[in-house]
Amino acid sequence: MKRIALLGMPNTGKSTFFNRLTGAGARIGNWPGITVDLLSAKILLGTEMVEVVDLPGLYDLHGFAEDEQVVRRFLLNNPVDLLCIILNATQIDQQLPLALQLRRLGLRAVAIMNMTDEAEQLGIRFDAAALAAGLDCPVCFISAKYGRGFPEARETLRHVLSLDAPTASPTSQTDFVADEALIAEAEKLIARSVKMPRVLEYGLSERIDRFALHPVLGVPLFFLALFLLFQAVYTLGTPLQDGVAWLLEQFRELGLVHLQAILPGWLYGLLVEGVYDGLGTVASFVPVIVLFFLGMALVEDSGYLSRIAFLMDALMARVGLDGRGFVMLLMGFGCNVPALMGTRVIRARGLRLLTMLIIPFSLCSARLQVFIFLISALFSPTEAPLVLLTLYATSFLIALATALLFKNRLGGGEPLLIELPPYRLPTFQQVVLRAWHEIHHFLSRATRFIVAGVVAIWLLTHLPTGVPAGGPETLAGMFGGWLEPLLRPIGIDQQMAVVLLFGFVAKEIVLGAMAVVYGVQGSALAQLTAQHMDWVQAFSFMLFTLVYTPCLSTVATLRGESKSLAFTGVSIAWSLALAWLLSFVFYQSARLLGY
Amino acid sequence: MNLICLSELAIGQRGIIEEVETEEQFRWRLQALGFRIGREVQLIRQALFGGPLQVRIGSVNVMLRRHDAAFIHLRAMG
Repeated sequence: MKRIALLGMPNTGKSTFFNRLTGAGARIGNWPGITVDLLSAKILLGTEMVEVVDLPGLYDLHGFAEDEQVVRRFLLNNPVDLLCIILNATQIDQQLPLALQLRRLGLRAVAIMNMTDEAEQLGIRFDAAALAAGLDCPVCFISAKYGRGFPEARETLRHVLSLDAPTASPTSQTDFVADEALIAEAEKLIARSVKMPRVLEYGLSERIDRFALHPVLGVPLFFLALFLLFQAVYTLGTPLQDGVAWLLEQFRELGLVHLQAILPGWLYGLLVEGVYDGLGTVASFVPVIVLFFLGMALVEDSGYLSRIAFLMDALMARVGLDGRGFVMLLMGFGCNVPALMGTRVIRARGLRLLTMLIIPFSLCSARLQVFIFLISALFSPTEAPLVLLTLYATSFLIALATALLFKNRLGGGEPLLIELPPYRLPTFQQVVLRAWHEIHHFLSRATRFIVAGVVAIWLLTHLPTGVPAGGPETLAGMFGGWLEPLLRPIGIDQQMAVVLLFGFVAKEIVLGAMAVVYGVQGSALAQLTAQHMDWVQAFSFMLFTLVYTPCLSTVATLRGESKSLAFTGVSIAWSLALAWLLSFVFYQSARLLGY
Repeated sequence: MNLICLSELAIGQRGIIEEVETEEQFRWRLQALGFRIGREVQLIRQALFGGPLQVRIGSVNVMLRRHDAAFIHLRAMG
């Protein structure tokens, strides 16, 4: 099968183009010569199935960032039939040297000039023929966001791919050498083929930045925006969540209970009280997660994230990090795993490790479910947002304090250079597609871990047979008993101890596990939880859940990205110790104060 | 002719790049974003508490730290 590789700088709309070209059928796969996952998809182009691979964004081929090395190694180890070079038309002067560099590899290529809608607004004009001659390959003018010019681009890809020209492959690292002459060539080509207004004025972006990057107002505005986002997720999400929980409960009461007459008791228990209750409890949180990821996608695609790096850099510098570290903490709010992978853009190893050490403290969407559940079970609606805000603040503070503590052992600086792209209003389709990607990831993870998790919990709380389910004689009771001396001082009882044990695998299991341990779901689970613990215990439990190791996937990613067992060990040990210590201090002082 | 550092520009002031005196990796990154000899840059704003600078070069806005900007030497305009 022929293979097309997409290449371009960051912020060229490469992913948008990829999504448009491939639909939503992209898969993550492994590739020879590189250790990271790349998105790829098989599509029908004309009459042929073709594989399209989305390579990481890069600034130049001979760069030393991990992403740039990934691209080099990919090109050395995997035959590519067509290079699809994505260029941002609004910044053509900065982008041409890379395109020329890529052309020197000798591979067949098509240049895709993206964001022509914005370029037009800015008054940039292109001489298509001169550009194609200079690059020695077809050039397509498109707007990936709005789909303009897209069918023509697709047809060009098909046509060039069908030509029976021999394709050369880069054979060694020396094919990637830098060349100063390239830049002179690019400048000449620009002069021949592009007409630009002398000063490009991004009027609206500049006006927004006057507020967003304001020396005094910028940071408060950011926190206000963050607060509003969470407030919106919470106020819109919780009624939806109650609705889904109610539906699932009705289905159980009206439909599934009748299975009791047909199925043997243990099987009914396993399927309905185990799998159904466990999965159902987690499933009721899907609306909240959907809303949350929609919000995240909106922020990520808008161009605001790099402004946040600008605003927070001075603060982060004091704890040995830089503005990117803060942005990655924010990304971690969705899921810690991609945030950890995002640290690849940091080249200095110490700095990267320090950033990776703090990301697991970022309150991810899986932990958010647990907190929303416990908060609505134990706190009044007026207290609820404040409690959640406290947990988010704690998450930031612990991350910063951890960085401060470790900055002399890890850390270290590297020159920081981040583009502040113009603000973009993502299209509806773009946001939905991105959010869908995240939700899909969440669901596949959830089903994989949760089904196995709730089945295991059900077995633990029901074996050996002949003792009261969930009692101290069951396997779960025994585990709980062993952990009790450790967890009693922080107000966590035997049953919740088992839940925490499973939370180590994935936080998505926590609620499912609680449903199985208590043998109920939905509103009954909330009521029963409120009977089993008071707010001090619940908050202590939440603190522990916030701080201790997020999940096995995070541990695996820490190990894979750091390539160091020692570092992974330190990260786990530190988060466990800190979780216990914080919960202990909170629980004991709250009790001392008479709560 | 007197050269000044990019970090010494006043807010809103422009300058022409004359020298980039930094390690090679960073120079390549700067170059990829358009920082080349002879290009005009403008300091747009700087963050509080010694935070980074926002610099405009051609159509691109970038942020960089003050001490990294000190390696870029300019002929100041106006």
